[in-house]
Amino acid sequence: MDLVDRLLDGDRRALARAITLTENEDPLAGDLAAAVFPHTGRARTLGVTGPPGVGKSTVVDGLVHLERATGRRVGVVAVDPTSPFSGGAILGDRIRMRRGASDPGVFIRSLATRGHLGGLSWHTGSVVRLLDAAGFDTILIETVGAGQAEVEIMRYAVTTIVILVPGLGDEVQAIKAGILEIADILVVNKADREGADGLVRELEATLELGAGSAASWKPPVLKTVATADRGLDAVLAAAHDHYLYLESSGSLQARLERELNAEVRGLVRDLAGRAALDWARSAGAWDSALSEVLARRTDPRSAAAGLVTRFLGRVQRKSRP
Amino acid sequence: MSHAKVRVLVAKPGLDSHDRGAKVVARAYRDAGLEVVYTGLHQTPEEIAEAAVQEDVDVAALSILSGAHLTLVPEVVNRLRAKGADDVLILVGGIIPDEDVPALKEAGAAGVFGPGANLDEIVEFTLANLRRRGA
Repeated sequence: MDLVDRLLDGDRRALARAITLTENEDPLAGDLAAAVFPHTGRARTLGVTGPPGVGKSTVVDGLVHLERATGRRVGVVAVDPTSPFSGGAILGDRIRMRRGASDPGVFIRSLATRGHLGGLSWHTGSVVRLLDAAGFDTILIETVGAGQAEVEIMRYAVTTIVILVPGLGDEVQAIKAGILEIADILVVNKADREGADGLVRELEATLELGAGSAASWKPPVLKTVATADRGLDAVLAAAHDHYLYLESSGSLQARLERELNAEVRGLVRDLAGRAALDWARSAGAWDSALSEVLARRTDPRSAAAGLVTRFLGRVQRKSRP
Repeated sequence: MSHAKVRVLVAKPGLDSHDRGAKVVARAYRDAGLEVVYTGLHQTPEEIAEAAVQEDVDVAALSILSGAHLTLVPEVVNRLRAKGADDVLILVGGIIPDEDVPALKEAGAAGVFGPGANLDEIVEFTLANLRRRGA
């Protein structure tokens, strides 16, 4: 596929087009993912999450700038929510990402959630792989404004940075049960505001309660003022330390195996389910099973089990020599 | 199955001091189900063209109040062409004197919308004039 060759060659339009095809679930997307997969696994992924308004995009802009200073090429995936009413979205993360805007070593793509919960888009993982295959060394993934439930970022980012700001009040209590747990690095941004030191102490005390063995990673709590580029070098250094820790402890490999295992399992479920549904619809078994459920003569689970059993029986008959 | 969405870049080239109009248009597009990438004030033509490429937008809607549209619009169009992104539909909005409209269209703008333009009309025009793009 010409598009794949161009993408692997670093052609920005080809990369942008490939991301669109992936997001749109175009029929070409499967072949595209298969063709780039052997060229992935090289990039380092960093996730940035936190409640709305804490400065995620500004932090990302600063981290991009620092990574570029070391010569690394940087990809950014920035996710904003889709309106549940119109299906449209306003993607505004680029407003704060000005420094990389015309740098050929930077590629920024805004994605809408398109109905996916969890703080990311359905296709985040695939988009990250496309950037990886196109030769970006570091890939930053920014979630929507997140609180308790949006923890999916940890699947795609090797290192997850959670950003908070002073003055969130009780919200910090709620976050303790959610995204705080997935933080490899905690950042208190807007640290020139009153209450920053108090928040740092509170977070450190919370982490102390959940601390594991002496050998395990202890998330540092770092203060930043992202609009003035203060403290971001320490964040990047901590991300580097975290990566080295994962590598030396064997967790990096274990994590990769866990994620790929989960991905293949999920796809088997998905593909098997689709195949069964396609058969049931085309064979007319679907309508009769559903009418039994609507009449309350069969419960949903039994109806589904019946369909799957018939589908599997058919598959077995077909595969006999 | 394909779930294509129309993507629009709403951009403000030049030195305008506010972006109320751009935000109103961005919102109208969102409410019509489009995905809008908004990049904020004071963008250079190069930044706009590069954002259009990276975001793979179908449409670039440029909002200009400063009076520099006759310089800025051709500049954006040229940068887009240089990047091979000549299939992006270019729209211009803002304070544009009637006598400048032909020159803007000549430069590559498919539609020009002044301060009195109706939002529904802008959205309708956009959707009716999309250019099909190949991979």
